[in-house]
Amino acid sequence: MTTTAPEAKDAVREDATGSVLEVAGLDVHYGRGRKRRRALHGVTLDIAPGEAVGVIGETGSGKSTLARTVLGLVPASAGSIRIAGEDVSGYGPRQWRDLRRRGVIQYVFQDPLRSLDPDLTIEESLTEPLLIQGVRRQEAALRARSFLDRVHLTTDLLDRLPGELSGGQRQRVSVARALVTEPRLVILDEPVSALDSANRVQVLEILKELRTSGVALVFISHDLGSVAGTADRITVLYQGELVETGTARAVVNQPQHPYTRLLLGSAPTLRGKPADRAEREALRALLSA
Amino acid sequence: MSPLTHDTLTSRPAGTAETTFDAPGTADAPDASAAGPVLALHDVRITDRVTEREIVHGVTFELTPGKAVGIVGESGSGKTLTCRAALGILPPHFEITAGRIDLAGTDIATLTPRQWTDLRGATISAVFQDPASYLNPAIKVGAQIAEVIRVKQGLKRRAARRRAVELLGAVRLRDPELVYGQYPYELSGGMLQRVLIAAAIAVEPRALIADEATTALDVTVQAEILDLLAELRERTGLALVVVSHDLAVVAHLCDEVLVMRQGEVVEQGETRAVLHDPRHDYTRLLIAEHDSYGLDTFLAPKEAS
Repeated sequence: MTTTAPEAKDAVREDATGSVLEVAGLDVHYGRGRKRRRALHGVTLDIAPGEAVGVIGETGSGKSTLARTVLGLVPASAGSIRIAGEDVSGYGPRQWRDLRRRGVIQYVFQDPLRSLDPDLTIEESLTEPLLIQGVRRQEAALRARSFLDRVHLTTDLLDRLPGELSGGQRQRVSVARALVTEPRLVILDEPVSALDSANRVQVLEILKELRTSGVALVFISHDLGSVAGTADRITVLYQGELVETGTARAVVNQPQHPYTRLLLGSAPTLRGKPADRAEREALRALLSA
Repeated sequence: MSPLTHDTLTSRPAGTAETTFDAPGTADAPDASAAGPVLALHDVRITDRVTEREIVHGVTFELTPGKAVGIVGESGSGKTLTCRAALGILPPHFEITAGRIDLAGTDIATLTPRQWTDLRGATISAVFQDPASYLNPAIKVGAQIAEVIRVKQGLKRRAARRRAVELLGAVRLRDPELVYGQYPYELSGGMLQRVLIAAAIAVEPRALIADEATTALDVTVQAEILDLLAELRERTGLALVVVSHDLAVVAHLCDEVLVMRQGEVVEQGETRAVLHDPRHDYTRLLIAEHDSYGLDTFLAPKEAS
């Protein structure tokens, strides 16, 4: 159920081994002994270069666990993870750190204030990942400027501190910082949830533009509505399992799993047909049975 | 102004009505005083007395029984201040400096604290974004609702308990008896918001203000709460003011919508008209958010503008 949808062929797929991210049979547990709880079960996900995939899940679905596991912040209890062809399944903390440092995989979290060092200027935040890689200072500064431009920010922000920026500007800096090492894959955990409409639209527009840049994006969100228009493919996480995967259009127009149908029936839309309360009621009953 | 807080507002609605919540005919047989609007705002302006800056620059709308009015705007747009003014709970040093608010036909400027206490809960009530902060964490949720009923309706302990369980059922909590005996920490956000709605409707207000009441909830739970509000409106004629940053939430539920920005109503009208023919750039932005990036991308053929 979780294999790549055939419709995704227009994405820049190289070959079977060319995936930027291959997750297979992933299980994650928290706790020990009697308190051991399963957070993810049998998650299989394959992301092609340049593809934008939305992972939708609500509270407790395991979506943040998935992001953290793929970033090596939470250990998997079973299954395999390959990032840009590299099998990282057995990696220890040091190997993960080394992998993240190489900048192949990057991430953007929901709260931009907490993901940017408050004591670093925007320029320092943007150049830091490059300096760590051994890029010369001048070259790093140059790249920082060009990526700031990619997220529609002006260079006069370079010597400001994160606290002097608006929430939307900060989130755009976070996106620029994630891109500056030219990663193959960026994982965005609720990238627009904390933003107001004007900033949300700006960040979504930037993410849409990034779809043609070759970097693969994974949007993790509780809100199907906020990522539907930006993703090529959508995959739905429910109680730790991926229950449905397909092109965004297919998932939105012909949802298969009752939970996906409930999600779609619950998301407020402007022009959708008037919500059918009875149908939602029936789906809820079906899911809780 | 009376020293009432949110907490007293939601957990101790005032009132003397003793009819049951489901009383037949509540919706279609309004008494004489119910003929006019439950709530009417006329060019309401609110000023911060410390900075002497006007924060809300004139809000006008009428809420008749059974009607639903939506207010959309970002945080800081003045939507919450407007609601608090209508509830008589403006924060200290904020003041209504022009215009008037009529609650069930009475100019609120003339109300004594005692009269306010009678109106809150019985005529107008509210639920807010973070339900957990309006409940005492150390007291079972059912007891908190029963206390409201006991104090405000003068019911005996057992009758109040029965009525509280009834209300928990009316907000579609699956096992009202069980929930009655639970503490706030044992309930999910969606369940807590139902408990707060149960408390808010305990004395059958004629209008309910839902200020970002579903913002912190998952989408499926949000839909449950919105369904509940729509159902209460149909079943009891409850008039609603729905405040949200999301135009779609408001569009879903409301007949009329006000779009606020920086204290100003930049657009106002029948929901369908506003969606179809937005006049202000900001409204267009709110619509574009859904049409260009949201589910609406797939749902509707793009209309030529």
